[in-house]
Amino acid sequence: MTQSGSVRQTFKHNELGLSDEQAVEMYATMLMARSFDERCMLLQRAGKINFHVSGIGQEAAQVAAAFALDRENDYFLPYYRDYGLVLAAGMTLRELMLSVFAKAEDPNSGGRQMPGHFGSKRLRIVTGSSPVTTQVPHAVGLALAAKMKGKPFVTFVTFGDGSSNQGDFHEGCNFAGVHKLPVIFMCENNRYAISTPIHRQVAGRISDRALGYGFPGIEVDGNDALEVYRVVKEARARGMAGEGPTLIDAQLYRLSPHSTSDNDLIYRTKEEVDEHRSKDGLPRYKQYLIECGIWDEEQDQALQKKLREMLDDATSYGDKAPFPAPEDTLLYVYGDQDGKGGQA
Amino acid sequence: MAVMEYIDAIRLAMKEEMARDEDVFVLGEDVGLKGGVFTTTKGLQEQFGEMRVLDTPLAESAIAGVAIGAAMYGMKPIAEMQYSDFMFPATNQIISEAAKIRYRSNNDWSCPIVIRAPIGGGIFGGLYHSQCPESVFFGTPGLKIVAPYSAYDAKGLLKAAVRDPDPVLFFEHKKCYKLVTGDVPDDDYIVPIGKANLLREGEDITVISYSLPLHYVMQAAAELEQEGISAHVLDLRTIQPLDKEAILEAVKKTGKVLIVHEDNKTGGVGAEVAAIIAEELLYELDAPIMRLCGPDVPAMPINPPSEKFFMLNKEKAKEAMRNLALY
Repeated sequence: MTQSGSVRQTFKHNELGLSDEQAVEMYATMLMARSFDERCMLLQRAGKINFHVSGIGQEAAQVAAAFALDRENDYFLPYYRDYGLVLAAGMTLRELMLSVFAKAEDPNSGGRQMPGHFGSKRLRIVTGSSPVTTQVPHAVGLALAAKMKGKPFVTFVTFGDGSSNQGDFHEGCNFAGVHKLPVIFMCENNRYAISTPIHRQVAGRISDRALGYGFPGIEVDGNDALEVYRVVKEARARGMAGEGPTLIDAQLYRLSPHSTSDNDLIYRTKEEVDEHRSKDGLPRYKQYLIECGIWDEEQDQALQKKLREMLDDATSYGDKAPFPAPEDTLLYVYGDQDGKGGQA
Repeated sequence: MAVMEYIDAIRLAMKEEMARDEDVFVLGEDVGLKGGVFTTTKGLQEQFGEMRVLDTPLAESAIAGVAIGAAMYGMKPIAEMQYSDFMFPATNQIISEAAKIRYRSNNDWSCPIVIRAPIGGGIFGGLYHSQCPESVFFGTPGLKIVAPYSAYDAKGLLKAAVRDPDPVLFFEHKKCYKLVTGDVPDDDYIVPIGKANLLREGEDITVISYSLPLHYVMQAAAELEQEGISAHVLDLRTIQPLDKEAILEAVKKTGKVLIVHEDNKTGGVGAEVAAIIAEELLYELDAPIMRLCGPDVPAMPINPPSEKFFMLNKEKAKEAMRNLALY
C-alpha cells in the first residue's frame, strides 16, 4: 500500500481486476511451472526418469488463462504441456512428481499414464489421453451438461496448433457453436507440431476458423500474460452470459524440444530459438511486476530458493514413494467388479 | 404385459429411464421430431423436450465425444449412431477414451455412456447399411457390449445399460425392429449385463449365438426335434464380458457345440468363444467346435442373391446343426 494521502497509481493488472497479490501469485505459479519443467529435464538427463515432455515458453499463457477462470467451479481439459495450467488449478509439485515417477499415489492416474496426462476429479481437471484433441469434444459435453443442469461453470480446453487440424477440434467447435455452449477453446500455438512448422500445418489463421462455426476467434500474444488474462476473462463472461464459445489462438513459442527424445536443432536453428527466448512471456511479466514496484530481484531470489526447496522435497517424495503392486494392474477395468479386477 | 415390437421395446426402455432419471438424455442424428431414421426415438422429444432429445450435427466422433464429456460430469447419455456402419469415425472416442477413462484415471473418473447402434443386414442395405461391427470393439476391456435378440431382452438390457457405471455398446439388430415381437412387461425390470440366457434345453448339440440368428436357430431346433435331434441353445445376450461359466456349462451338457453369428467368421466373437471352450473343455468334446458365420468378405452386397448368400437363415442353421448332430 502507498502512504496515506498519496494517489495510488493504477496498473494494467488492477484495471483488469487483479490485485497486486494476485498478480504476484500469477508470476509465482508461472515460475513454479518453469522450475518444475527444468527439474524434470535434469532428472531425465541424470537417468532418474525415462522421459519428459516440456512446456517451457508456454507458462505465461497457461497460468494467466487459469487465473481468468473460476478455479473453484470451472472445468479444465489440459493438454500435455500444461504444467502451468494444472498447478494454477491446484495440483501440487508433489502430485506432479508422483506422476513423473509413476507411483501409486499419483492422483492423475495412479502411476498408469505417461507424465503430462493430467486428471483430478477433485480439481475438475478432466482425465486426458495421448491421441491429441480427443479432449475437445469432452469439453463440449461438459459444457452441454452445464447448460442442461443450469450450472454456473465454463469449460476450458487447450491444445496445440497441430491439434487444430484434427476432426475432433472441428466437430467439437461446431457442436459448441450450434448449441451456444460455455466453452473456451485455447490453442497454445507454439509454432511446431513436434518438428512440423506452423506453415506446414495450417494455411490460414487458426483464430479465423471460429468464423466458420459462428463464434468469435481471437488471436492474442501468448507471451503477454495480461492480454491472455483479459481475453480469457472476456471469453468466460461470454460463456456465462449464454453467448456461447470462444476460440483463442495464443501465439507463443516452445523454447524446449518437443520432449527429451527430440533433437529440435534438426528442424530449427539456434538463432530462431534465441530470438524467441528474448520474447519469453515469463521474464517479460516479471519485468512488468518490477516496473509496477510490486516485485524486485531480492524477492525473486527468495522465491527461486523456495521453489528449489519445494522441488527437492517433491522429487524426493516422488522418488521414494512406492510403485503400485504388480497385481493392481488388474484393477478398475469396470466399476462393478467388486475389487476383482480384470483377467490376467 | 403387452405384446410389442422389438423397436417399441427399445423406445419404451428409453422413455422409462428418462422419466425415472432426469440425467438420462438421448443425442444423435435426426433423433428429434423425426424420431431417428428407424423411428426408434419417435415421440421422445415431444415428451422430454429438445435438450433431452438432442438433434446433433452430423459428426459421429462429436456425438460420442460430447456424450463422454457429459457422462464425466455425471449425466447418463444415450448416444445413437444412425447405423453401426457410421460408427467408425467415433471409434477413437470409444476405444481410446470411453473404454479407458476409469482405468487411466485409477478409478477417479468414469464414463457411464450408452451407445446404441443398429447392426446387421437383410434389409437391402448394401455394404454400408448392413455391417456387424462388434468384432471391432470386442476385445477392448473397459467396454461392455450387449446384443439383444428379443423384445423382452431389448428393453431389459437397455435399461441395465443406462444404469451401468461403464460404457455399454448396445447393438440392436435392425432386421429385428419390426420382425420380432414379444411379451414385454410394463414394470421396471432389467436384464442383467454379463449373464447369458438358456433359451432351450436339449441333449444332442449345443448352439451358442446372439442377436438375430438366434431366431433362425430356434426355428431350426424346433424342426430338428421332428428328426430326433435335440438342441440346447444358449443366448450370450452380453458379448463382452462373456459369461464364461454359462458357455462352459452349456457345452458340457452335450459335448458338441456350434457357434453362430452374422458378423464374419475370422476374428469374430465366435473365435473367442471357441478358444474358451478349447482351453477348458477340450477332452469333453465329442466333435470339433463348429462355427456358422457370415463370410469373410468386406461387407454385404446389395443385390438379392448376394445378400441371401451372406445372410444366415433357418435352412443354413438347420444344416449346420444337423451336421454337428450327425458327426
